[in-house]
Amino acid sequence: MLKAILGKKLGMTQVFTEDGLLIPVTVVEAGPCVVTQVKTQDKDGYSALQVGYDDIRPKLVNRPLKGHFDKGKIGYRRYLREFKLENADKFNVGDEITVDIFSAGDKVDVSGRSKGKGYAGSIKRWNQSRGPMSHGSKYHRGPGAMSAGSSPAKVQKGRPLPGRMGFDKVSVQNLEIVKVDKDRNLLLIKGALPGPKGTLLTIKNTVKH
Amino acid sequence: MDIIRTLEKEQMRTDLPDFAIGDTVRVFVKVVEGSRERLQAFEGLVLKRNGGGISETFTVRRLSYGIGVERTFPLHSPRINRIEIVRRGKARRARLFYIRDRVGKAAKVKEKRL
Repeated sequence: MLKAILGKKLGMTQVFTEDGLLIPVTVVEAGPCVVTQVKTQDKDGYSALQVGYDDIRPKLVNRPLKGHFDKGKIGYRRYLREFKLENADKFNVGDEITVDIFSAGDKVDVSGRSKGKGYAGSIKRWNQSRGPMSHGSKYHRGPGAMSAGSSPAKVQKGRPLPGRMGFDKVSVQNLEIVKVDKDRNLLLIKGALPGPKGTLLTIKNTVKH
Repeated sequence: MDIIRTLEKEQMRTDLPDFAIGDTVRVFVKVVEGSRERLQAFEGLVLKRNGGGISETFTVRRLSYGIGVERTFPLHSPRINRIEIVRRGKARRARLFYIRDRVGKAAKVKEKRL
């Protein structure tokens, strides 16, 4: 059984349980997703489902993708993602995947892209420490020494330096589903999820037990 | 944002009275003792109301055996059974922290005449 869905992060709020506990949750609008292609061992060398999410206007689809969508007569979607699974051939193109594959209490892993931080210094990016701001010091937020001197006479690979930070793939494991709202296609997941509001998230059954 | 607002609204309580800063209220809290549940009253002066929406909280101060005790409750918590307004107070500010430094008559908030 496939336990994976695509969704959009809507933001955070909090929920009371019946006995008055306050739980921080992230609201995710998940699905409905549609199966756009079934990949099988014979044809493709591996077994997987290709899934589309988020309806878009035909104008926003380029021609190669249009052909791909038209083959199954399933409408156009903004995102296409693949989920590996053993018996993908039980699914057909056009099948819908909705939030009711999950129920409250399930544990899931969620992956998405973290917020981009732009070109960040090594203090923000690698948690390095700052130099003194006063007492004659002019070395405030620099990256520090590059390495030892004439031996090794080079900068080691992986040396923490400034650069682009954020917009990485981030996965958060073993999160609890607090509530499933089938009418509005909503999942309420305990805790924080990566990325800004509106970001694409992949929600899967957890790999931890 | 809209969906989150409606989600919050569904959980918000409408049965609580409209009390303000400076009022004296009696809050009935559900307390679990072993397997039994009972109501405990906490009566005191409302020092502040903090935040808005589902996350709004309020702080009640009372003197217990000469020691000031403050409790902060989430306003929409299901643990709150009911709130009774004992006395309406006339407060000219939103945070009554100055009460903490006063004892006796000085720690009083004028009653509001309706």
